[in-house]
Amino acid sequence: MGVTILGIGVLTWITFLPVLGMVLVLLLPKERRDAIRWMALFFTGLQVVLAIIIFTKFDHGMAGINTEAGMQFVEKVPWIDVKSVAWFGRIHIEYLLGIDGLSVVMVLLTALISFVAVISSWTIDKAVKGYFALFLLLDTGMMGVFVALDFFLFYMFWEVVLLPMYFLIGVWGGPRREYAAIKFFLYTLFGSVLMLLAMIALYFSVTVYIDPAGVIHSVADATKMGMQGLEKIYTFNMMAMMDPGNYVPDSLLAGTNTSWRYIAYIALFVGFAIKVPLVPFHTWLPDAHVEAPTAISVILAGVLLKMGAYGMLRISFPMFPDAMIHYSWHLALLGVISMVYGALVAMAQTDFKKLIAYSSVSHMGVVVLGMASMNTPGMTGAVFQMFNHGIITAMLFLIVGVIYDRTHTRGLNEFGGLMNQMPKYAAVMTVAFFAALGLPGLSGFISEAFSLLGAFQTFRTLTIISVITIVLTAGYMLWVLQRVFLGSLPEKWKGLTDINGREMAMLAPLAAIVIFLGIYPSPVLDLMNSSMNFLAELLQHAGSATLMGLQ
Amino acid sequence: MSQELLINLSIVILLLPLFGFALLIFFGKKLPRQGDWLETMMISSALVLALIVLFQKLTLYHDATLMLNFTWVDFHNVPGIGPLKIVLGISVDNLAAIMMVVVTLISAIVHWFSIGYMHGDVRYSRYFAFLGFFSFSMLLIVLANNLLLLYVGWELVGISSYLLIGHWYEKKSASDAAIKAFIVNRIGDIGFFIGIMILFATFHTFGLEEIFDGIQGGRLPFGSEAWLTAAGVLIFCGAVGKSAQFPLHVWLPDAMEGPTPVSALIHAATMVAAGIYLVARTFPIMTADALTIIAYIGAITAFIAATIAIAQNDIKRVLAYSTVSQLGYMIMAFGVGAYTAGFFHLVTHAMFKAGLFLGSGSVIYAMHNALHHQQDHHTDAQDIRNMGGLRTKMPVTFWTFTIYALAISGVPLTSGFLSKDEILAGTLAFGGLTGHTVIPIIGFLVAGLTAFYMFRLVILTFMGDHKDAQRLEHIHESPKIMTVPLIVLAVLCFFIFYSFNPFGATSGWIARAVERPDSVVPASVAAAPTETFEEVLHDSHGTAMVLSLLLAGVGIFIAFATYYWKRINADRIAGSLSPIHNFLINKWYFDDVYNGIVVGGTLAWTRLMRWFDDTIIDGIVNGSGSITKVTSSVSGKFDSIVIDGLVNLTAYLSGFGGLILRKSQTGKVQTYIVFVVMSVMVFYFVFRLV
Repeated sequence: MGVTILGIGVLTWITFLPVLGMVLVLLLPKERRDAIRWMALFFTGLQVVLAIIIFTKFDHGMAGINTEAGMQFVEKVPWIDVKSVAWFGRIHIEYLLGIDGLSVVMVLLTALISFVAVISSWTIDKAVKGYFALFLLLDTGMMGVFVALDFFLFYMFWEVVLLPMYFLIGVWGGPRREYAAIKFFLYTLFGSVLMLLAMIALYFSVTVYIDPAGVIHSVADATKMGMQGLEKIYTFNMMAMMDPGNYVPDSLLAGTNTSWRYIAYIALFVGFAIKVPLVPFHTWLPDAHVEAPTAISVILAGVLLKMGAYGMLRISFPMFPDAMIHYSWHLALLGVISMVYGALVAMAQTDFKKLIAYSSVSHMGVVVLGMASMNTPGMTGAVFQMFNHGIITAMLFLIVGVIYDRTHTRGLNEFGGLMNQMPKYAAVMTVAFFAALGLPGLSGFISEAFSLLGAFQTFRTLTIISVITIVLTAGYMLWVLQRVFLGSLPEKWKGLTDINGREMAMLAPLAAIVIFLGIYPSPVLDLMNSSMNFLAELLQHAGSATLMGLQ
Repeated sequence: MSQELLINLSIVILLLPLFGFALLIFFGKKLPRQGDWLETMMISSALVLALIVLFQKLTLYHDATLMLNFTWVDFHNVPGIGPLKIVLGISVDNLAAIMMVVVTLISAIVHWFSIGYMHGDVRYSRYFAFLGFFSFSMLLIVLANNLLLLYVGWELVGISSYLLIGHWYEKKSASDAAIKAFIVNRIGDIGFFIGIMILFATFHTFGLEEIFDGIQGGRLPFGSEAWLTAAGVLIFCGAVGKSAQFPLHVWLPDAMEGPTPVSALIHAATMVAAGIYLVARTFPIMTADALTIIAYIGAITAFIAATIAIAQNDIKRVLAYSTVSQLGYMIMAFGVGAYTAGFFHLVTHAMFKAGLFLGSGSVIYAMHNALHHQQDHHTDAQDIRNMGGLRTKMPVTFWTFTIYALAISGVPLTSGFLSKDEILAGTLAFGGLTGHTVIPIIGFLVAGLTAFYMFRLVILTFMGDHKDAQRLEHIHESPKIMTVPLIVLAVLCFFIFYSFNPFGATSGWIARAVERPDSVVPASVAAAPTETFEEVLHDSHGTAMVLSLLLAGVGIFIAFATYYWKRINADRIAGSLSPIHNFLINKWYFDDVYNGIVVGGTLAWTRLMRWFDDTIIDGIVNGSGSITKVTSSVSGKFDSIVIDGLVNLTAYLSGFGGLILRKSQTGKVQTYIVFVVMSVMVFYFVFRLV
């Protein structure tokens, strides 16, 4: 199954198209800035086209999550195969791509946000060639994270994201760019190291069988086949890691509810939580956002943060359902703290970008609370919230970018009356702000509502506490709106021009999506429905198994 | 007409104003007259259709509920729940059909009035667009048959209200008021949303009918009656916000910053009535405890607001507090179980209160023009102390205003008399049944207060002498486009439209169309059943009528004695009761307390959190960075001095050894042979020993 172009799978295309674009960008002479920009736009545009193809061909009925057969557009090629290395035998790593209802949403988001971010990068004037080359590399890394189904591959893409990001902030950023870039880099690297440890622990706990033709069989299948001509190997295959039958008895992570499993879960969790970011691992985010150029903020908030939440759903939940259930209350608590605390801190900000950065912390808290509910409405809300937050926050950062480009300041108290001066801008901004404060009829409301409805079923008190965020968010959002757009215009901004065609081109489609999905969310919800039901089932099953074990 | 046709017509009614909104937002400025006619046509057609639907509904399908449902989101087979579909839909029962007419009627009248009142406004087109959007959102609330759609409409009217209060957003007070309205409403909405979550967690549906059926079938939220009461009270919190009930009533008077027609439509007749409507919709799930809480909240609100209204001097603020007070009346009516009366009062109040606001708009419009003519930019055009004697200059406004005032005071032959009397009888019945006698006492007291402050307003505005004779010269009656709507509303204040019997509404069509629905809650926690209540109610009618007439008469009489005949010196009374007077002028200090404690507290808290974030959390991150740096520089020193020192020492030692040993390298073959032979011997012995 799957779609191929020139004999190569569509997921490989969508992942590596940007790298192809990067090579072409590097071949162009650096004076040809416009050619470079158009090249980047062309390749990210192609990516969007591929994303639409994937969207239309996606089979809603297949669940995926922990079975390779349930994945779609699967591509599988042996990648690294070293016979007999030192004491741990044969290393066999596959280039394994595939998507299910969980990742397809993120693939769509990544393609869309990257495309919009390229449009917004048009005003970058410093070292254009280097910028777009790094940007495209970043794009590949992000897309790879969402399509990889082999942990080793996943980890590689995860790390690929770091380096371009470091340079994009550190070179093209604001005054404190170096501090912000290093902070981002080290913080995330710290998380990655923990993730690496967990990954290695998993690797040495999980075995599968490989036949001479190079096909992998789970332990259960191999037992059925009678082990004829099969070789036992360790594996990075994510789905193999989700099958309890593949764990070597007495290996580090075998069994359920063991302390080593808890430790591995926490290591993974910290790695992902830094990316989300959950309070208290969030302080890299405001700095990175404030210093990063607009387009990079858009990518950061739009896609990068989702990698953390995605990682939890893709890896932590199905691989460690026991630990997940054990810690679900704590996870929800951190989500609620992020929601409330992020909103409170946001309210006290005077820098436009920093305020939106903290609002991201708050909104991503909703995602975490929703997923911690472990039921279908909650997790569906969470994934949908990832998508919506990606789009809404991208809009918010673009909106900041628009006035920053014109005025070179982001001080909330330096503006006023822009509503009259820039009416078109104000219209788009109104949609984004109302979406961010969860106004029904716009997409953010639906995802927040389902996250909370789901969460309430599992954690009554926590959810009731979290609902206060509804008021706080409305408070700081409307306050910003008042300070920047209402009132009278200061003398110095009398010459400000309304948004131009390019800026409209990046904002209008996002606004249209926000409104459309706010009224009719099913196109996105249907994509993930089977997977979410399956994941909820899996967790529930693990939960009842744990209960029986305790009895 | 068939039921399908009627329900489809209702959808058309719902979408017409939205369509107008979309057109105006995109093309408004390019249309002739900025498109005011477009939106006005939309809403007027909606009114005509709504009248048709209501008429057909009452004549053909009097006891039926027309429904249209669709699956909005399908979660398929959800683990732990089973098949889960989020079904949304609209339904038209008599309640909704009447509300639809009320909303489109007031909205249409306000549209027409606005053409005159808002003439030449800077954002004329935007204004009409938002009126349309509001009408759509309000109709959505009216038609929704499920909590989710209701909540959607609920928030959308909130945002329309925000946008329209802040219509003149250059003024800080306007944008402040807009924010205040939205935030205070959202505080109520928290409760509403939690209530929805409780019900959804139990019944996995938003549909009101399904929830009612579930409760009637014995399923309770989390299996407890307390949770059921909680759910009811929490949903009611939404109404507390939207209908400006104590303690969240503070936003409504500030909302008067919006254009006056907006106040008439949104903040008097329709949106604020949405809370009442919500209580009506969810009435069957309210337990006796929940209803008692509702009754008390309503009574307290009615009383507080009526007392404040007495001491206000801004014409719109008096009306605003009057609205709060009357809304409290309606809430109280539902709380005591007088369902029909509460809804009836909503309808009659919508007419006369919209009229009062539009009338005040007409006055303000005239005052503005006169002041403008005099180039007076200091005198407040809304302060009744600057008015007086407008009667002769603005006869239509005066007479219609007086009719509205008579209606709100509950004078016979008016609609207000009918509905107010029903409510008061209800409170008496409730007091008799439950022993909560405070409720009827407050009810009657407020009736007297209402008559008093309304006629204080009428007298100070229209009668006596104008404060500035010169200004009076420049005061003119408003244009026809504004006075005709006033006349229409005044006509609708007569009893005949609601009941042929001027002294009893029970035989009227509204009373027959809107009957109190049966409670679905377990009998042990339910309020007195309808039959019991009606029995007692029947006996209290006479008493209520006499008492309310008496009190209204007394109220009006005192108003005349004080402000017209000046037999009572208001200033002296105010002076001798100055603590009370100040207390009332300052609106019971609610705003001061909220600003100081809630707003101030939140802001202080946010600053503290910000400091915590910058200093402590980020401090730890940067601190660990610094510690790492210090450690690395220490280990760097250790590396270069100790470890590298050892390496260098080794190198030095080997070099030194080499220096010595090189002496053995003589270059002579004979010497080497000796060395080799000796070595072999040494090895031989060594290995033998081993």
